[in-house]
Amino acid sequence: MEIFYWPLLDLLMWGFISTYLSTFQGALPKFIGFIIGALIMWDILFRSQQGLTISFLEDMWSRNLLNLFVSPLSVLEYICSLLVVSIIKLVFSSGMMIALAWLLYSYNIFELGIYIVPLAMNLIVMGWAIGIITTGIILRYGQEAEVLAWGIAFLFQPFSAVFYPVDILPPLVQTITRFIPSAHVFEGMRYVISTGTFPVEHFIWAVVLNIIYLILAIMFFCWNFKAVKKKGILANVGE
Amino acid sequence: MTRNNTKNKIIKMIIENVIEARGLTKCFGQVCAVQNIDFELRRGEILGILGPNGAGKTTTMHMLLGLTTPSSGEIKILGLDPDKDREEILGRINFSSSYVSLPYSLTVRENLLVFARLYSVKNKKEKIAELLSLFQLESIKNIPIRKLSSGQITRVSLAKALLNDPEILLLDEPTASLDPDIADKTKKLLSDKKDRDGTSILYTSHNMKEMEELCDRLLFLDHGRIIASGLPEDIIKKFGGENLEEVFLKIARKEQAQV
Ligand SMILES: Nc1ncnc2c1ncn2[C@@H]1O[C@H](COP(=O)(O)OP(=O)(O)O)[C@@H](O)[C@H]1O
Ligand SMILES: [Mg+2]
Repeated sequence: MEIFYWPLLDLLMWGFISTYLSTFQGALPKFIGFIIGALIMWDILFRSQQGLTISFLEDMWSRNLLNLFVSPLSVLEYICSLLVVSIIKLVFSSGMMIALAWLLYSYNIFELGIYIVPLAMNLIVMGWAIGIITTGIILRYGQEAEVLAWGIAFLFQPFSAVFYPVDILPPLVQTITRFIPSAHVFEGMRYVISTGTFPVEHFIWAVVLNIIYLILAIMFFCWNFKAVKKKGILANVGE
Repeated sequence: MTRNNTKNKIIKMIIENVIEARGLTKCFGQVCAVQNIDFELRRGEILGILGPNGAGKTTTMHMLLGLTTPSSGEIKILGLDPDKDREEILGRINFSSSYVSLPYSLTVRENLLVFARLYSVKNKKEKIAELLSLFQLESIKNIPIRKLSSGQITRVSLAKALLNDPEILLLDEPTASLDPDIADKTKKLLSDKKDRDGTSILYTSHNMKEMEELCDRLLFLDHGRIIASGLPEDIIKKFGGENLEEVFLKIARKEQAQV
């Protein structure tokens, strides 16, 4: 359900908007292609985060967390299992979206070239980092924090320069975007489109930032896990 | 020399403590759920923790499992330190309770398979088949948890707890949602498990009759303190009464009178 419904809606809405725009100006197909491409790419980040967080929520809702944490599974192994599940879900939902874009708008994201793959992988990892932070907060603050699961990725959207270049942003925001991996990915994507070469610098920035994000996210989760054990509320999580 | 060693070994086996808790304490802010308790669980015995609601039974169990960090005190499980050897300990013990459940969308068998993997069980298929029959779950093995009654889920959860042939079994009110027939069978099964495999069991329950029949030794917990411990009949004698239930009521009412 979550795998197909939302991507489809997103794509339909944006597809229609772009189709509508294209009736105005004939010279826009490149721009439309870009919008759909950006949309698919943003969706990868979003689904990566959602897939991870929802897996955790399912363990919480089914009151299974205690079973897991009294088994020999370590916290790190548990996080890794969430990452794996998020990848599997992502393959389905993104595959679906790419296929739909191709069917509905004859849009083939791979026309952007193989360079898109390493860029997309960075979005997946950033989605993981956000997802791990989200689960850490939910673990600690319970049900009330669940809204975060749905909204936190959008907090990053304006700073990710998904649909517009970083140049048009105010200087202060530009400085912020330097430290957001996804901003480098989307800048890189525009670079690929306009020059046809691989954006080495943006890519390195994104990778380094992502490693830092991921490490901080896991530390944040472990810190919350410890706090929850101290408060003795692991059994109550989800109630 | 060798004979002495063997003798020592046997003695050690007989009185080997698989769990040792010393000065165990947990305070949540002002409220101390468990206050400076000492106890041990011996190999091959069933130790019952009983006490009124809020006595600290669950908190004690969660501290043993590493789900709750003690405020102070020391725990040794199977001679190991839970902080250092968490994974090894958890692989050799197991836990079940009426307040945990299992992933709703997976069937009974799938759930047992997942946990068999988590516990690195050898011969998964045979072990699961054995447990399905033991808990009379064969007819529902392909039904997702979502469609089961709470009593059925409790049985699956108990089956899960036996997957790794645990040396220590921690059970927090496991029979709370079972009907009397199944509860009785479960009790027998645990008793057998102890006799056959030397499994040590720590058990909490509200059901005094059950505790009296099942447990070798009891800890009576109230307001986070042990107020009595020993054989069921000794506790009954100490407080005076016909059976455990009377003792329990006596203590609970005395509490109320004090409040
Ligand atoms: N996570 C917690 N935070 C604050 N107080 C708690 C927490 N867990 C238990 N308590 C309190 O500690 C006492 C013992 O609870 P518990 O161990 O669940 O008792 P029992 O299992 O014997 O009914 C109760 O007064 C309960 O309200
Ligand atoms: Mg309890």
